[in-house]
This record gives sequence, C-alpha cells and structure tokens, in this order.
Amino acid sequence: MKRLTLAIFVIAIFAVLSLFIGVSDVTPQTLLSNSEDGRALQVLLISRIPRTLAIILSGASMAIAGLIMQILARNNFVEPSTAGTVESASMGILFVTAFAPGMPLFGKMLVATIFALAGTALFLRILQQIPLRSVLIVPLVGMMLGGVISAITTFFAYRLELLQSLNAWMMGSFAGVLRGRYELLWISLILTLIAYIAADQFTVAGMGQDFTTNLGMNYNRVMTLGLIIVSMVTAVNVVTVGMIPFLGLVVPNVVRLTFGDNVRLAVPWIAVLGTGFVLICDMIGRIINFPYEIPISVVIGVIGSFIFLYLLLRRNARVA
Amino acid sequence: MIGVVILFMTLDAKGSWDFVLRFRGTKVIALTLVAYAIAVSTVLFQTISNNRILTPSIMGFDALYILIQTTLIFTVGSQRVVTIDPRIRFGMEIILMVVFAGILYRWLFGGTRRSLHLVMLVGIIFGVLFRSISGFMQRIIDPNEFAILQDMLFASFNSFDRELLAVSVVLIVGVSVMLWRIRHTFDVLALGRDMAINLGVNYYQTVSIILIGVTALVAISTALVGPVTFFGLLVANLAYQIVGSHKHVWILPCAILLAMLSLIGGQIIVERVFSFNTSLSIIVEFLGGIMFIFLLIRESSR
Repeated sequence: MKRLTLAIFVIAIFAVLSLFIGVSDVTPQTLLSNSEDGRALQVLLISRIPRTLAIILSGASMAIAGLIMQILARNNFVEPSTAGTVESASMGILFVTAFAPGMPLFGKMLVATIFALAGTALFLRILQQIPLRSVLIVPLVGMMLGGVISAITTFFAYRLELLQSLNAWMMGSFAGVLRGRYELLWISLILTLIAYIAADQFTVAGMGQDFTTNLGMNYNRVMTLGLIIVSMVTAVNVVTVGMIPFLGLVVPNVVRLTFGDNVRLAVPWIAVLGTGFVLICDMIGRIINFPYEIPISVVIGVIGSFIFLYLLLRRNARVA
Repeated sequence: MIGVVILFMTLDAKGSWDFVLRFRGTKVIALTLVAYAIAVSTVLFQTISNNRILTPSIMGFDALYILIQTTLIFTVGSQRVVTIDPRIRFGMEIILMVVFAGILYRWLFGGTRRSLHLVMLVGIIFGVLFRSISGFMQRIIDPNEFAILQDMLFASFNSFDRELLAVSVVLIVGVSVMLWRIRHTFDVLALGRDMAINLGVNYYQTVSIILIGVTALVAISTALVGPVTFFGLLVANLAYQIVGSHKHVWILPCAILLAMLSLIGGQIIVERVFSFNTSLSIIVEFLGGIMFIFLLIRESSR
C-alpha cells in the first residue's frame, strides 16, 4: 500500500510537470504574476488541464481493458489492438462518418462500441475453433483478424474518399484534446470502476468455465460484462484520442510479472502505471521535437514494441 | 498467361497504339518483375525456414527496407541521396538489408529451435517496430525531405520509377543466376536442417546464398510497388495446393505463373471493374489475412 501511494505521488508530480510543457508560455510565474489578460490561465484551463486529464483517463482505462481482455481470452498477449477490437471500432467510426456524419459524438461512440463488441465476439469465436491453443497463436490470429477488418475499412474509406479523415481519427494523439472534446473519457473512468468492483469475478472467470460454474457463478454473464467494458473503453478511446497500440498489453504484463494474477491487487497498480506510461510517452513526444509534436501512437509504437519483444523472448527463455 | 497479357495490353485501348503499348508495356514488365520477385522469395524463404506460413513480409523484411530508406534520407539528407547513382544506392540498401536480415535470421533460426509461433510473432512485432521508427523519423523530418521520401516509398501499382525498372531487371537476372546454380539443393533443404546436413549439403553457405537472394528480391519488389504483406503467402500456398508435390521444379514456376496471373489479372479488374477506385493491395491484404488465419487454424489443429 505504501509503495502504491508513493507511485501515485510520483505520477502526480509528472502530471503537474506535463501541464507546463508546450509552446505557449505557461509557468507558475506567469500564472501568479496575473499580468496581461490572464492568457496563461486560459491556456491552462482550456488546453493543458483537459489534456492531462485525458491522458490519465485513457492511460488507466486502456491498461485495464487490456487486463480484462487477457483474463477473458486466458492469454497474456491479448489486448484491444491485438484482438481486432480497435480495428472494429474504427470500422464503426467509418460507418457513422459515411452514413450519419452529423451524429453527435456520443452516438458515434455507441456505434463504434457495437462494432467493437461484434469484432471481439468474432475473435473469441474463432479462438474456439482452435483446438490445442498455443499461447502465441492467439495474438497472431487477433492481429490478422485486425488486418482483415482494417482492409475492409480501408477499402470503403478509399471508395468514399474518407481515407484521410479516417487516418486522422485513428492516429493516437492528445494534441487535439481541448476542453469540451475529451469529456467522453469520463465514461471510461466509470467503466474502470465497475471493472474494479467486479475484479474478483474476473479472477474466477479466468480459471475457466467449469471452475466458475462450480463456484455458482454465471460464467456467460461475467464474460459478457467483461466484453462490454472492454469494447466500450476501446470505443471511447478511439473516438476521442485515436489508437494507442500495445498499451493494454505492456502495462498489465509488467504488473502481473511483479504481483501475480490476483486481479484486485493488480488493478490499482495497472491503472497507476498505465497513466504513468502514457504521461511519460506523451511528454517525450512533446519535448523531443519541440516546438512540434510527435503523436503518442508513434512514441508508444516504438517503446511498446521493444517491451513486447522483451516479454515474448523472456517468457520463452523461461519456458524452454 | 499470354492471353492475360494481351488482354491487359489491348482492352479498351483508344487512341495512339504507340503510346498505349509503351505505357502499358512498362507496366506489364514491372508487374511481371514484382510477381517473379515475390513468388520466388516467398517459396524459397519457406523452404529454408521449413514452414508454409512465414513469408519475408510477415517477418518484417519490407518494413526494414522502408526503415533503411527513411534512415538514409534522415541522416544523409535528400539532396545528397538524390545525387548518388540509383544503382549504387540500391546496391547499398540491399547490402544493408542483407546484413540485418542475416542477423535476424541467424538469431531466430540458428542454434536453439524456437517455436514457429514465437518466430512469427517476433517477426510481426519487428515489422511494427520498424514501421514505428520510420514513422517517428518521418514526423521529425523536414517537410520537403518528407515529400521526396514519400515519392520513394509510396510507389504503387500505377506509378513506377523507370530508372529503377532497368536496375531491377539486371538485379533479378543476377539473383536468378545465383539461385539457378544451387537449384539442386532446394528440395534437400526442404527436408529440414539436420536432414540436409546429413545428406551432404553445405547448409550454412547455401542458406546464406538463398537468404541474400530472398532479401534482394524483397527489396526489388518493395522498391517497385511498396509493401504487399500477404501476396507471397497467397500464391505460394496456392502453388503447393495445385502442384501437390514438394519438388521445386514444379512449385517455383507454378508460383511465378500464379503471381503473374493474379497481379496482371487483378490489375485489369481493378482498372476496368472498379475503375481505379480501389487499390489491388487492399484486396490482397483482405484475402491474405483470411488465408493466414485459416492456415494457422489448420496448422494447429493437426
């Protein structure tokens, strides 16, 4: 508990630091000096604070979505971007953009959620067809399914001349986050809290259908709850900030390597470290090419694939 | 095959024959080269790595090519890159790629046996990594440089670099001669590493030669049309199905023919039926992805 408090404290410092990074001159001095027209305060309220809040919310929720997914698929290498969930959500966005471009953001999110649910269900369905599951075949199938789904999406986007706007949607970045454009992410906070309350049920469901039923729990209901949480979190994140690869894979795995499989214990850590990971990657993206910005999906793509490779090879070394 | 080529050359041809033939002629040559390069590289890569699911592009080879291109522009600058003779540049890029691919390959397949699934997953992640690093540099690069880079990287089935075409022909002939001289070892290598060594093949030397050839072919096809992840997987596996034998004498020509048929035929369909409204590589990605999942499931249920 002490360590967790310490971690939260460190991350909070980073969060405050991230408020002061940017082109516009926002420092404690300019805020306090109260000179001019209070421009620094405006930048802080309209842009910087929403951005940092968005980072915290999506970092924590995506990492937890990854954890739930790993429990449901009973596989450590699964997360929304290696199971076709993200691609399905983006297909949903294309669908709305093509047929109902005027729909409010919340409606778009709902459509994206329905697509994400369908895509994830399809993924789990295909997994049932694989009799002797190798641990590694599961993410392979998921990534390929994602490829097929995004090929369909690209096909129609190309025909409808929406490719460019779709790419802009999908590129994960917090650069466009302003007050009024991130609030949907609070939904994912609610979902994350539900996941925390149901944590023990997920732990049990992770033991398998027979075991769960023996303990008198409704396996299918737990599975459905998990799927809905994962799909909604993914959809909300894709709609507001775009796609952030590997986040849900790297963070839960690192935490579980240290803390074991107890979900209730792991959830707060995953939320905190997920936030920290995204915060730091976002700061790197903002600083490295100052005053220009590198989208977070690119930064996490590089760092995340390194960590994923490490996890893969380390794991194998241990098994062999 | 000839029929398809004639169809491609003449269908809907209006106006000056002179222009049509020259314009479509280069296209046919380029498509043929690409088909040949992808088919041969995929089949041989599958032979030496002893499987039917892995292909050079799934292992991230063409992402590597893009990374090398990007790094070159990023570090040297487009001004100087453009002044280098394209033949020398191409040669240098291929050497770099062969070195990287060789290290990757040795590490993955040499020494301890690793599971096929692990190798595949590592390859895919390497692909993601290479693409992310390229994307990273493309973000930092000067916009003018980026425009030049984009020209170099995002060639499609509709625009070819004429100069590269000549270099590619020369290279492909060279690689083919090199591979032709060791053609007898292909069938033996397909039996697996231990068996091949037992049967008296100089395993490491032969595999290295093939790997160099494969890498060069991947570089050529990527340079001409950009990455096409699943095309090789599709034609190679179709060829195995059709031929029903393990002999490379039959598999290789069959795969090459299939590749040419589907590329040129596909281009006709894309140009005439969809009237350029979609890109061939999207369709390939769609079909190939489904095929990949199917192969994976079949493989693991055996």
